[in-house]
Amino acid sequence: MIEIGLGHYLTLGAVIFSIGIIGIFLNRKNIIVILMSIELILLAVNINLVSFSMYLGDLTGQVFTLFILTVAAAEAAIGLAIIVVYYRNSGTIRVEEIDKLKG
Amino acid sequence: MIAHAIFFYVFSIIAVVSAVMVTVSKNTVHSVFFLILDFISISCLFIMIGAEFLGMIMLIVYVGAVAVLFLFVVMMLNVAQQKNQWFISKENSNHIPIGLLISVIIFFELIIVIGGWKYKPDLFDQGNLSIVNDVSNTHSLGMVLYTDYIHIFQISGMILLIAMIGAIVLTFRQREGVKKQSYLKQISRERAEGVEVVEVASNRGVKIDD
Repeated sequence: MIEIGLGHYLTLGAVIFSIGIIGIFLNRKNIIVILMSIELILLAVNINLVSFSMYLGDLTGQVFTLFILTVAAAEAAIGLAIIVVYYRNSGTIRVEEIDKLKG
Repeated sequence: MIAHAIFFYVFSIIAVVSAVMVTVSKNTVHSVFFLILDFISISCLFIMIGAEFLGMIMLIVYVGAVAVLFLFVVMMLNVAQQKNQWFISKENSNHIPIGLLISVIIFFELIIVIGGWKYKPDLFDQGNLSIVNDVSNTHSLGMVLYTDYIHIFQISGMILLIAMIGAIVLTFRQREGVKKQSYLKQISRERAEGVEVVEVASNRGVKIDD
């Protein structure tokens, strides 16, 4: 327990990943929280990559963490823009009321 | 070593608790603040493990840009007051056990993978990007990023550019009744429509019609 190894970091990543998935499924409020859960999932992936990179002594994981950060920022910007446009058109972003596609 | 363990547990407990609070918080603004707390604690973990550059970049990008973007959108859309309703929802509330089941299954799959793995024996020999200990983390990342990964780096810049253009195009709208400067109108103005030569009759003055 005292010696912090790779397994501790991976377990933390797994816990945060699962919490992100729970957040996507259980969400009944608005779609912004779903975007935040996706950010949590990407954060868990980043934890895994960085801890592997540091414990295996290979720098590639950190480089790819940088790229994941870029893609996450772009995704958040586009997603929030889509949410703003949808709210302007229909007046709601509650998850239950977004059913225009009848899915 | 014991300090390392203490700091790891403190930061990871903060991270897990705030991740839970992101999902169950009633107010969306509180969710955004817990998301910020989560990012801060994870970046402290990154700094602690030795990846200082990524920890600082996490702070700048997530806390400085993405979380503020979320806050702006939450406050702009006036959804902060919508109360959380997922336990009192009447219709089709069977998604809660399904979601819990799926995430618990995924969690235990990940734990099984973490607990039962072994390194390949020659794994440590074939890394050509090994971390050198006599230069700093930022230095070594920079040496790799601008040489071996330069194409991916430029593509990520293109992704950011496209995201920026897409966000602007999506949210741009022309409002009625807002006066704007139009360069084309300004520079295509003729003398005839701007100036009028009037014969002024004596003792009458000029009547300006506007």
